[in-house]
Amino acid sequence: MAIVTINGQDVEIGDNERLNVIQAAKRIGVEIPHYCWHPALSVVASCRMCLVELGEKKPDGSVSMQPKLAPACQMPAKHGTVVVTDSTKVKQAQATNLEYLLLNHPLDCPTCDQAGECFLQDYSYRFGRSASRMEEPKILRADKPSIGDQITLFTDRCVMCTRCVRFTRELSGTSELQVINRGALAEIDIYPGQPCNNKLAGNVVDLCPVGALCSKDFLYKQRVWWLKTRESVCPNCSTGCSITVDQNEEHVYRLRPRSNPQAQGHFMCDEGRFGFKYVHAAERLTRPAIKNESVSTNGNGEVAPDWSRILGRVRQVFSQHTEEDPNGVAAIFSPWMTCEDAYLLASWLRSLSPAVRLALGPIPIVGEDDLYPKDWRGEPVQPPRFVIRAEKCPNRRGVEAVLKHFQQAEVEIGALFDDARAGKLHAAQVVHPGPGGWLNGDQITALARVPFLVVQGLLKSDLSDAAQVVLPGASFAEKDGTFVNHAGLAQMIKRSIRCPAEGYTDARIFMELAGHTGLFNARLLRQEMAREIPHFAAFAAGDLGDQGVRLDASVASQEVAAR
Amino acid sequence: MGLAGCRRAVAKLRLVSRFEEAGSALENQSAMKAEDVHWVDEPTIGLWEAMYVPAILGGLATTLRHAFQKPVTQEYPEVAPDLPPNYRGVHRLNRDAQGRVKCVACMLCATVCPAHCIDIIGDQAPWADRDKYPTKFEIDELRCIYCGMCEQACPVDAIELTSIYDLTGVSREELIYDREKLLIIYDQTKDNPKDPIRTTGGTLGPAAKILGAISPPTTNTKC
Repeated sequence: MAIVTINGQDVEIGDNERLNVIQAAKRIGVEIPHYCWHPALSVVASCRMCLVELGEKKPDGSVSMQPKLAPACQMPAKHGTVVVTDSTKVKQAQATNLEYLLLNHPLDCPTCDQAGECFLQDYSYRFGRSASRMEEPKILRADKPSIGDQITLFTDRCVMCTRCVRFTRELSGTSELQVINRGALAEIDIYPGQPCNNKLAGNVVDLCPVGALCSKDFLYKQRVWWLKTRESVCPNCSTGCSITVDQNEEHVYRLRPRSNPQAQGHFMCDEGRFGFKYVHAAERLTRPAIKNESVSTNGNGEVAPDWSRILGRVRQVFSQHTEEDPNGVAAIFSPWMTCEDAYLLASWLRSLSPAVRLALGPIPIVGEDDLYPKDWRGEPVQPPRFVIRAEKCPNRRGVEAVLKHFQQAEVEIGALFDDARAGKLHAAQVVHPGPGGWLNGDQITALARVPFLVVQGLLKSDLSDAAQVVLPGASFAEKDGTFVNHAGLAQMIKRSIRCPAEGYTDARIFMELAGHTGLFNARLLRQEMAREIPHFAAFAAGDLGDQGVRLDASVASQEVAAR
Repeated sequence: MGLAGCRRAVAKLRLVSRFEEAGSALENQSAMKAEDVHWVDEPTIGLWEAMYVPAILGGLATTLRHAFQKPVTQEYPEVAPDLPPNYRGVHRLNRDAQGRVKCVACMLCATVCPAHCIDIIGDQAPWADRDKYPTKFEIDELRCIYCGMCEQACPVDAIELTSIYDLTGVSREELIYDREKLLIIYDQTKDNPKDPIRTTGGTLGPAAKILGAISPPTTNTKC
């Protein structure tokens, strides 16, 4: 085990860990400021912000320090390394370096989107000096709004850390961004006519430690100090990137990736980043309705709440049909449902009759897995560092596992559509808390023949038009639950905003259908699932933590214990 | 001992005991001591006082004295009151040299506002020299508490409070002032000697002359 001494304090570093001095210092809560270094990118040590005093402890106990300051990002934390980050020499270097970085930086914090989460602001406040001694006019450089479809460059705010350039070279492999000119005139640019439009381009906005690269989608929409942040999981493909949902006043403004080595690393793709807009679509279903039934109003002409009446009717029709012919009752689960929702719906229908058929709906597969980085031909380089999966849904494995627990033989979704077409289905519930375009026209026509079709979802579509009963559900940002990604990693999603208008969360709908009392509590339900379903044994704690838990590993360890 | 005297005595007792409470709270003493209670006797009233003549004459003398003094009442609304130069009345949105709205939609006023009465929507400015401008700027003048913190927070001196205080309306919506209305208030008040531009680019503007000998700040505000 290696021992590194930082500001006189010993830090232990495991034998298999490869850390630099910044990471080692972070372990004991010492922050070494840095701009150009990022854990996922190569080290260039060009910003000079992380300069510290470095030395070595000799075997005889004496310490020899290097005469000059050295960048902490470039220095591996090895046994005997001595680091000093709080000496006058270091503090002076930090202040001087910040003054240099701010020489030509415009004073437009009030209109800059980064203000509030800007490392120039934070470090100036903590390590810098308040006034500039610059007498000459600042060098002004033109903004470059055409640098990409989703990104815009405020050239004069840049501190030339080159994180964005290295990202396009090392992660996406598309190399659109580069540094042109030298010295004080250096700036980020693209090759003429070749904008930065790769599928991971949005990440350069998160990587930019200052407000130089901004997202056009988020530009001037909100001040960041108003945003409330919650951890969640991207629902756009089966990679299941860990994200944060940033919302203010019941409106989601942006999704940002959150570092999770188990799931995807540090980044996310633009499809997921900007793919949440359906949450606020104008076509969102807002109130439950039964077809061809006039809306009931109270004395003041206000529409009366219908939830309990409509759910009561759904419950009554389903139990009636199950008594008559349980084979004619079915539910179609969407791979956008959370494990908890699937469990609640399945346990309700199974409690009516074990013959009720539960089927997982079609899995959307678009093209092939998109691997990054690419080489200059556009071919993926091995090993891939980021994968955009072809399976465009977040929780196929979770819903599959739940259905497998409730019925041993898998119900073919095709057979269910055939039965619907043949008029053998009397009542069916289709649940789809995801974006539009899930079922195709044929499938919807088949389902339209079901006499009592309940559609629970988000958006008004051909499917909801074909339904007898429409129940507005909740999107991923509006509920608590769990998604299981392609590799069997279960991660929690958390409720950021409320359902629009009269919408209920899906879990609440299922609980009321099943006649449960009390409120939905995802944590307690996960514990119940852990007891009931061996596959979900890892849910036993109820809380899955920031990084999620692997289901397969826990199953494997259980099997080992059983042996 | 008459009724009035009794009241006075009780009032004094209350006063004494209240001081005592405060003192005991401070020194952590538990009970009031007997020597702290001062009993006051009612003054004896003779026939002359009982006829109320001295009291009536005293009152008449006060009236007579005020009849020959300068009146302190103001003839509002016929005569406008003389307001101090830092009076905090209705807001205005200043214009820049080209006559455009000066606000850059940084939303610091909306952030600092304790009454949450400012609602701004910003967008990309149509001008080359500016990044951002407000497409919507609304102040709910009914909700505003006229604390003037928006004025202090503004980094470009765009929002200022004027000496207009008598705003009326027949509906609540009428008193939600939008961007155009606030700019019109600027046009109407900018030449009013009571409402000069208060600051210009970090140094105190013409308002400083009214306020008197306040020297402009000399520190270098560049960063």
